Amino acid sequence: MIYLTRKAEFSSAHYYWNDQWTAEENQRVFGKCANRNGHGHNYTLEVTVAGEVDGTSGFVVDLKELKEILDREVVSVYDHRHLNLEVPEFKAAIPTTENIAIAIWKRLEAKIPGAKLYRVRVYEMDELFADYYGEP
Amino acid sequence: MAKAYLSRRYRFSASHRLHTEAYDEEQNREVYGKCNNPFGHGHNYMVQVTLSGPVDPMTGMVCDLGELDDFARKNLLDRFDGMNLNTLDCFRDAVSTTENLSIEVYRMFAGFKAARLERVHIEETSNNSFDYAGETIPAAGVI
Repeated sequence: MIYLTRKAEFSSAHYYWNDQWTAEENQRVFGKCANRNGHGHNYTLEVTVAGEVDGTSGFVVDLKELKEILDREVVSVYDHRHLNLEVPEFKAAIPTTENIAIAIWKRLEAKIPGAKLYRVRVYEMDELFADYYGEP
Repeated sequence: MAKAYLSRRYRFSASHRLHTEAYDEEQNREVYGKCNNPFGHGHNYMVQVTLSGPVDPMTGMVCDLGELDDFARKNLLDRFDGMNLNTLDCFRDAVSTTENLSIEVYRMFAGFKAARLERVHIEETSNNSFDYAGETIPAAGVI
C-alpha cells in the first residue's frame, strides 16, 4: 500500500456561532471567533489517499486528476467564500477546523478513482490543524 | 459524533547540555559530542500535541482551544521557555535529550482531561524530530 498526499490551498472567511446559545454564551465559548462580521484564514488542505501502485502507470492515482477533483469539489466551493454564508454544509455545522475536515472528507470520499481516501488534514494556520480519518 | 484529531503547535527556546554522571568525562564527550559542551547550547523547540475525541455538535470542536492553550502556557511554556532544561526537576535524573523531553511533554499533556492525548511530536531543529505516543504503538501512517 502506498500513501500519496496532495496539497491545496483556499482562503475563506468564517465565524463561530451556535444559534441555540445566547450572544453572551457564544462570546464566552468562542471569544473573538464569534465576531459576526467574520474573519478569515489561508487554509491548507492535505488529502492523503491509499492504494496499490498500478503496474503500467506506476501511479496510485493520477495526480493531475486528483488535483482537478480537489479543485472542483473543494477549492472552487470554499476559496474566497464565506463558509457560514455561502457553503451549504456550514448552515448546520459550525465551520471549525474539525468540521471543515469532516465536510471535505464527505465531499471527496466517493470521488477518488482507484484509491481509498485515507486522511483529510486541514491547517487553519501553521500552528493548528485537524485530521479526519472517516471515523464515525 | 465523528471522531477527529486536533494538533496544536507550541514553540519555546531553551538551553541544555547532554551529560550523564553514569559516564566519565571522556565517555560523555565521545557519546554526546558537541552537545556535551560544559557551557551548554540551545534550541528553538517546536512541540506538536495531537488530541482526539468526538466533535461536540454544539461547538464543532474536539476541545476548547483556549483551555488547551492555557494548559500549555501554564505547564509547558511558563516552565520551559527561556530556561536551561538541565536545571528543571524533570531532568534532574534524566538526560535532557529530546527523547526524554518528548516523554516528559507526553506525561504533561496526559493531564489535560478534555480530550484524549494521541501523541507528542517535537522538533529540536528542522533536521531532528521525535514522536512519542505513550506505550502504545501508533498505527502505520499515523505519525
